[in-house]
Amino acid sequence: MSQINLDSKIPSGPIEDKWTNHKFDVKLVNPSNRRKFSIVVVGSGLAGASAAASLGEMGYHVQMLTYHDSPRRAHSIAAQGGINGAKNYRNDGDSVHRLFYDTIKGGDYRSREANVHRLAEVSVNIIDQCVAQGVPFAREYGGLLDNRSFGGAQVSRTFYARGQTGQQLLLGAYQALSHQIHLGNVELFHRTEMLDLVTHEGRAVGVVARNLITGAVQSFSGHAVVLATGGYGNVFYLSTNAMNSNASATWRAHRKGALFANPCFTQIHPTCIPAGDEFQSKLTLMSESLRNDGRIWVPTEFGDERSAASIPESERDYYLERRYPAFGNLVPRDVASRASKREVDSGRGVGPLKNGVYLDFAASIDRLGEETVKERYGNLFQMYERITGEDPYKTPMRIYPAVHYTMGGLWVDYNLMSNVPGLYVLGEANFSDHGANRLGASALMQGLSDGYFVLPATIGDYLAPQLGNSALGTDEPVFVEAQSQVQERVKSLLAIKGSRSVDWFHRELGKIVWDNCGMARSKEGLEKALVEIPTLRQEFYNDVNIMGHEETINQSLEKAGRVADFLEFGELMCRDALDREESCGGHFRVEHQTEEGEALRDDDQFAHVSAYEYTGDTAQPVLHTEKLEFESVAVAQRSYK
Amino acid sequence: MQVNLKIWRQSGPDSPGAFHNYEVPNASPDMSFLELMDVLNEDLQTKGEEPIAFDHDCREGICGSCAMMINGRAHGPETGTTTCQLHMRKFADGAHITVEPWRAGAFPVIRDLCVDRSAFDRIIESGGYITAPTGTAPDANLILVPKEVADSAMDAAACIGCGACVAACPNSAAQLFTAAKLSHLNLLPQGQPERYKRTVSMVNEMERWFGSCTNHGECSAACPKEISLDFIAMMNRDYVKAQFKQRRFASQT
Ligand SMILES: Cc1cc2nc3c(=O)[nH]c(=O)nc-3n(C[C@H](O)[C@H](O)[C@H](O)COP(=O)(O)OP(=O)(O)OC[C@H]3O[C@@H](n4cnc5c(N)ncnc54)[C@H](O)[C@@H]3O)c2cc1C
Ligand code: FES
Repeated sequence: MSQINLDSKIPSGPIEDKWTNHKFDVKLVNPSNRRKFSIVVVGSGLAGASAAASLGEMGYHVQMLTYHDSPRRAHSIAAQGGINGAKNYRNDGDSVHRLFYDTIKGGDYRSREANVHRLAEVSVNIIDQCVAQGVPFAREYGGLLDNRSFGGAQVSRTFYARGQTGQQLLLGAYQALSHQIHLGNVELFHRTEMLDLVTHEGRAVGVVARNLITGAVQSFSGHAVVLATGGYGNVFYLSTNAMNSNASATWRAHRKGALFANPCFTQIHPTCIPAGDEFQSKLTLMSESLRNDGRIWVPTEFGDERSAASIPESERDYYLERRYPAFGNLVPRDVASRASKREVDSGRGVGPLKNGVYLDFAASIDRLGEETVKERYGNLFQMYERITGEDPYKTPMRIYPAVHYTMGGLWVDYNLMSNVPGLYVLGEANFSDHGANRLGASALMQGLSDGYFVLPATIGDYLAPQLGNSALGTDEPVFVEAQSQVQERVKSLLAIKGSRSVDWFHRELGKIVWDNCGMARSKEGLEKALVEIPTLRQEFYNDVNIMGHEETINQSLEKAGRVADFLEFGELMCRDALDREESCGGHFRVEHQTEEGEALRDDDQFAHVSAYEYTGDTAQPVLHTEKLEFESVAVAQRSYK
Repeated sequence: MQVNLKIWRQSGPDSPGAFHNYEVPNASPDMSFLELMDVLNEDLQTKGEEPIAFDHDCREGICGSCAMMINGRAHGPETGTTTCQLHMRKFADGAHITVEPWRAGAFPVIRDLCVDRSAFDRIIESGGYITAPTGTAPDANLILVPKEVADSAMDAAACIGCGACVAACPNSAAQLFTAAKLSHLNLLPQGQPERYKRTVSMVNEMERWFGSCTNHGECSAACPKEISLDFIAMMNRDYVKAQFKQRRFASQT
């Protein structure tokens, strides 16, 4: 099997010229030939919607699948804080190079230089594109665009639309997509869930999907398949991801040969509302942008029972400002999260369950006035009030880290193609740009970079030589067989008729991975998880109970397939965490830390991408590595002091 | 706390539906309305009954998936709040709560509390965009947008497309939804070239699916994002203008 050659296809030449030269070097499909090519795009988030719209505009025929009832509901809609762009509109020393550098450093030197540089270059075009579409970014009185700051940066390069940036960017992409649907260049299949990838002679030729209303299993064939299906944060059960976000599309592609890269790189976001009771179904993020004006603190005293208001200034520990004076409250997420965990673990946590720290706006309200604070963060404050019943204008918010984003994903080369020819992976679903830790406001940027600018430029290279070949018919044996396997799987899940709900299994899995593969990981814990997950999986196949049948909307059935895949994926994630004997970014192995408790990398052993190949046995994946070369940035221990 | 639920069940688009009564004895005031539904669904499954289908995803009031008529009000008793953001502390212990899907001809029920809202997508497809193919844009700061204009455009653009406006309207009209998108785009300088064409296309498409507006204002009252009725006035004005405006001279104000 292992004949896989991980060729990242990074173009030669100076880093500043790679992308420009590459665009010239790749093969193109001429405009009148494009309509002869059919492309299946799965996912209508920022990455998928922007890709489908752009490919449609270019003249390709696109089939777009999403399990949502409308493309506009994709998880991207929930992004709050903003999107980075190296415009240097603030005249504060920003540049493409600085955004590139911040991202490489923020990712703790575990991402590919060439990809990240391209991302920084393209970031400026994204802002232009979105403004042209009518995205109502925040403005200053003179009519120019406004900016705010995000963690891991000392410049203001984040563009935002109140606390609803993801919504507005997604609506922009969705509207462009709708235009293409109207023109007939894109065909939309909503409430349609991809359940398998179809390959023929080693190439991706289409997908099999289930119509979530009628239960019908159908095939979709194309010259290329694009997965833009988001991240796998929900393997933890509780996360800030939307309830339906899942890893099945990428996991199914993995089972068909696509390598899964760096699955243990997950991001725990420092500012979320702490979990309440056992009914909690998801966690809510409080945007990182709040760290622009909010100050994080805990009482100096252990077990202080007083209310926030009655704790005097002298008895508060603004621990981020104290430990990281240069970046203060705006240190990167992994650093901020671990610092909060340390405070709470040490017994200085606040709130009824002592499981949070304060994020305090009093100083900003004094300085800027309540109106300004409301203008900047009104919807977040309201969201907080709805959930907790507390008014953050009066008492500080209580926050705690929660699973938020996954840097790992399917392995892709510089063209965003996986090791399976014809299978492209975009957005959070791929692994490429954020290394071991993503900087705030960079996921939206990456999704749109992949969809608007990268894929449309690179896909021609794969398609051009196929001119004259028609897409495989969906009545071909590979499709018929894949379809019957999917039907078989659906039926066998329904036939188990055990005693426990799908959610029960999901919650149990969540506990295992959060306890052992969450903010702090140890050899011992990971080994334990690697025993517990397969056992739970076995129990699932013996004892899960799915009511109802398949020819109708059946949300338990949908969820069962996703949880079944998480039960396999979770094992790979823990295996990767165990293998990576170092700490970097969001991956913190307690055995590997500096004296101050910061992540301690091992560049000699681990300056590589770990990409796993599926072998038919989840316990025996084959590890392939891609060495990371740093030519433009000097690799150093990260410091935010 | 304990609550008594009366919920609409319907097994498919063409099946007759009916109300069923359920009790949740162990609700917590801190749980959200959808978490209450989760608890009920777990309980139903333990008893061997099919869980109640309902749409939801973000559970933070932004995706527009959740959609329940709660005691006759779209998204329930709290203003400016989606069903997923509604918490049980807003109900009394022992409360009787009726839960129904959106009721509107253009939103057929597909199962239990799930409806098909694709008609909204058709309205956007008919013209709810600014034509700006990828790669054609000038530098972002070349387009000046006065802050007040950007703010109003954002007020309109905040619509989450949940359909509460249609569900609340006695005529099942979609004026607020359509006007929100039109105002967002028509207010901005980038939206001017297609302004009148867009208005006519979207209004015509809207009328294919939805009822007519008779100025009840229930839509805005039910809107979880509190989108203003002023936008409907703006849409009507543009629609009238579009009828006599010479599009060739549209730039002459
Ligand atoms: C609360 C929150 C706030 C955030 N804020 C920010 C921020 O301020 N700035 C920032 O840069 N990033 C932010 N992020 C991260 C960012 O939103 C996401 O990483 C990004 O939107 C992912 O986009 P995507 O297009 O890759 O995937 P998604 O938006 O997750 O879209 C996935 C799509 O795939 C479809 N799909 C998935 N599987 C299947 C299947 N099997 N069959 C059919 N369709 C399928 C879904 O229907 C959906 O349309 C935030 C994330 C969260 C959770
Ligand atoms: S679930 Fe997204 S708005 Fe309610």
